[in-house]
Amino acid sequence: MTTVTIDTIGIATSRSRSEAMRRAARRRKHLTSVGLALVSVVLVFWTLLPLYNIVMVSFEGHGDVFSDSIWPPVPSFDGYIAVFTQGYWYLANFWHQFGNSVYVGAAVTFLTLLIASAASFAISRMRIRHGWLLSNAALLTYVIPQSFLAIPFYRIMQNYGLTNNLWSVIAAMVTFATPYAMFIFQQYGRSIPIELDESARIDGATPFQIYYKIYLPLMAPALVAIGTYALLLAWNEYLYQFLMLSDKRSMTVPVALASFLNSDEAPWNYMMATAIVYAALPVTVYYLVRGRMTAGLTMGGVKG
Amino acid sequence: MADIAHPQIVQGREYGTISQARWWRGHLQGSEYAWALAFCIPYVAVFFAFVVYPVAFGIWMGSDAALYPRLFDDPIYWQTVVNTALFLGIAINVKLFLALLLSGFFMRRGWWVKALLMVFVLPWAVPALPTYISIHWMLNGEWGLINNLLWHVLGINGPDWLTTRWLALTSVMVSHVWKWLPFWTVILLAGRMAIPTDIQEAARVDGATGFRMFVHVNFPLIANLYFICTLLSTIFSLGDFNVVTFVSGGGPADSTHVLATLGIRYAFDLAQPRLGVAAVITALPLLIPLVIMLMRKFKTSQVQL
Repeated sequence: MTTVTIDTIGIATSRSRSEAMRRAARRRKHLTSVGLALVSVVLVFWTLLPLYNIVMVSFEGHGDVFSDSIWPPVPSFDGYIAVFTQGYWYLANFWHQFGNSVYVGAAVTFLTLLIASAASFAISRMRIRHGWLLSNAALLTYVIPQSFLAIPFYRIMQNYGLTNNLWSVIAAMVTFATPYAMFIFQQYGRSIPIELDESARIDGATPFQIYYKIYLPLMAPALVAIGTYALLLAWNEYLYQFLMLSDKRSMTVPVALASFLNSDEAPWNYMMATAIVYAALPVTVYYLVRGRMTAGLTMGGVKG
Repeated sequence: MADIAHPQIVQGREYGTISQARWWRGHLQGSEYAWALAFCIPYVAVFFAFVVYPVAFGIWMGSDAALYPRLFDDPIYWQTVVNTALFLGIAINVKLFLALLLSGFFMRRGWWVKALLMVFVLPWAVPALPTYISIHWMLNGEWGLINNLLWHVLGINGPDWLTTRWLALTSVMVSHVWKWLPFWTVILLAGRMAIPTDIQEAARVDGATGFRMFVHVNFPLIANLYFICTLLSTIFSLGDFNVVTFVSGGGPADSTHVLATLGIRYAFDLAQPRLGVAAVITALPLLIPLVIMLMRKFKTSQVQL
């Protein structure tokens, strides 16, 4: 491109030629913007189609679900009313189950932050001997596909007597969230000067004081990011919750949602309304925290 | 990680005379050592109770050699192996290649591209389960949105997407790409943004444009990241249980299972947990080399994930 420009300057006397060049450049620009617009339209369509389907079905009346319409003929709030009033036998425990999901999410977030920050503090700030062993153990856990451990995990939870107990799910989710948290905490912790710890130590601070009063406050951005990650991991996870929680009262929302599929009449509009209520929290959290999370910090989101 | 601890180990070996206690405690003194232990114990406890114990238990469950002939006699198992290989080979590469192209697209400036990115990441922000269930319903031959659209817009009758093996498997792969494309695009976008612009400037001054710029300048700079992403994505997708379970349900006639779902089917639908573990264990010859390669890459390259 540049060489062409230089040529143009060389024969700048020929006006008509430079005029033609400019027209060609303009045409190319037009073509590019048409191409970009095309890509954008395809992307929006591709991205939104399954989501549009959720919204559309959730606003359909019972009779309209089994029709060939591509938008709700008569928008109906039946689905949402059923969810909010628990007005359908599949939804009889919905808000209790929603509470279970909140409980699991909160516990997983808190425990992951606590356990991972303490271990990372010992490894990278107190520099314990063989700390690298712990780091490698965490990294190795991170690359085990979760679903591969599900069967033995289910069996040992039976051994621990924790089936139909939310704590079995909490244990599983903390196990899978902690490694990534440690990975990020150790990376982020490198930006905090170790001299801070050392001067506090000389002033007589105990390790716990250093952890609580220096390390944690300075790690706040990483704590927010990892807290979000752990919350979403626990909220979105399905397999372990499905295996561990079979009782209606101990179920979480995803398990309840999937159990709809087994019903013969398949109330799709109720299901999709439930799906929207369920998805509202992670989507809101995601867009709220997005600005604070670099792409890297959300890496662990892959493990679904 | 290792680079912090390593010098201390070298030191310990060098001196050789260090007492047992000193070898364990390192430089920590008195109560500091107790605190360090206290900080580590929760993680160590979680690791042993919920990683080491289940892994060992799983290996023990799958250690009976008689399980494997039974597994290999099951024609569904071989179908599953083929499905898993296709799923990993095609879906992952298509997904990452598209992510590579799209990350270039999203490098463009302008509010329109920024707004589009916000929309584009939605599949990743929404939980997997509702979207896969939605796709399952969309693909319904009679009442699904896809065939309704085909009928209204093009006037053609769409096929029954989930009742033949190859269409169902393709649907599963496309759903997987739909769900995870935004995530990998964002990762590669971050990788591209981390490239110092002066390299590109220099190449541009030297006359590199479009395609040549990409092949000789941009891609080599993120090739390492691209490779790591491929490894990670392969490992994670090997364990992707949700997409098959909810989009095709493993059907028709259990012909679209992958190893992750087949293991669960053996264990919980057919009440043969040992056979389920054995099915998962047969994925290890693929998984272990991938993990080793990945761990090496993590160590040798300072990739910020």
